[in-house]
Amino acid sequence: MSDAGRNAPTGTSSHAVRQLDARGLLCPLPVIRVQDAVRALAPGDLMDVLATDPGVLQDIPAWCQVHGHRVVDTGHDGADIRIRVEVCET
Amino acid sequence: MKKKAVALISGGLDSMLAAKVVMEQGVHVEGLNFYTGFCVEGHTSAIRARHQARPKRNNALWVAEQLGIKLHIIDVSAEYKDVVLQPKHGYGQHLNPCLDCKIFMVNKALAWGFMDAGGFDFVITGEVIGQRPKSQRKATMPVIARESGADDLLLRPLCAKRLPPTKPEREGWVDRERLHGFEGRSRKPQMALATAFGFSDYAQPAGGCCFLTDAAYARKLADLWQARGERDYELDDIMLLKVGRHIRPAGHYKLIVGREAGENRFLEGYRKRFLHLRATDVEGPLALVDGTPDRRDINLAARLLARYSQGRAAARVEVGVHHTNGVSEALRVTPLPAAEIPAAWHV
Repeated sequence: MSDAGRNAPTGTSSHAVRQLDARGLLCPLPVIRVQDAVRALAPGDLMDVLATDPGVLQDIPAWCQVHGHRVVDTGHDGADIRIRVEVCET
Repeated sequence: MKKKAVALISGGLDSMLAAKVVMEQGVHVEGLNFYTGFCVEGHTSAIRARHQARPKRNNALWVAEQLGIKLHIIDVSAEYKDVVLQPKHGYGQHLNPCLDCKIFMVNKALAWGFMDAGGFDFVITGEVIGQRPKSQRKATMPVIARESGADDLLLRPLCAKRLPPTKPEREGWVDRERLHGFEGRSRKPQMALATAFGFSDYAQPAGGCCFLTDAAYARKLADLWQARGERDYELDDIMLLKVGRHIRPAGHYKLIVGREAGENRFLEGYRKRFLHLRATDVEGPLALVDGTPDRRDINLAARLLARYSQGRAAARVEVGVHHTNGVSEALRVTPLPAAEIPAAWHV
């Protein structure tokens, strides 16, 4: 779990694309990491979340729903789950 | 100006109803949910493969979706240690410090609503007088209000009519007549109110939302403290207590043996930090060894592991022993007969 929870900006567009590594964390910790990371982002920014707990497939969309953000893509990178979140005006 | 309330949302029915009762009076409500490390969540049970078919929803988030409110999940696992290790008001039936826990959470909600987020006017909980033997009694209600620092800014919408009026009631932020006077262990008033609000699906956690109320879990935590000679824990310790068969042949080490595929997968995530064993010539579970076993202990651990493998009836089973320094070895052992495993070894 040594790198779990790290996030770093990538991409060069006007909106940052953050990477959030929540692999090895059990829910609700990945959701808490997303919540903390989103606080530092602006509307329009994107964040790619990598996780291993399948619970994120329900919890991150649910968290986005109640906070007015948007899940724009969900997929797998091998055994990892990847969820792209768009930060919206709330 | 619209008043704002912070609601403690556990994911159960009572806190859901309490928030809804206040929302119906035009108050802006946002939910708070605390992650203590001991939370019983769908995901924890979903570790076990036989629970894989269950929806892995987080009930607190689901409640927030039903109510249409924001839910903020706060990781309090580090600070919560003090509540578990030194509860001023003692434990309930097991190692559940329910009264101290409620005081802690109301205090955290107050700090969050008034300082961290700011702009909130009062705190709501789903407490009902007489609902829980330790923390939800008439005598404990003022204790929680006082010791949390919330005082009369703590509103319990489900039993408010049986308590002195709080500031939100006195100031007319909420209408006391539209609050409730529930009391006792019966769930019928809550179920009737749920029906009135149109809630047909809600979580009904048996034994509460915390592993510390669970007898088997509390026994394993007490065993951990006794074996280590101190009352302390790390987050990984308390996660591992939720999983597997815990077998302690001696005070200085124990085995955590996966009971099925889901638990084995979960334990895999910890294998690099523990001496671990797995049968190599037959199917079988993964076992982590926590503690400081010597050579004889490792041999016994391998025999125990073999007993839980598909080779339990075989004369010999090969067990891979993987040390934390990266060195591995293979032991050929005789599976320990069930009759030679004392009941006292099972934590």
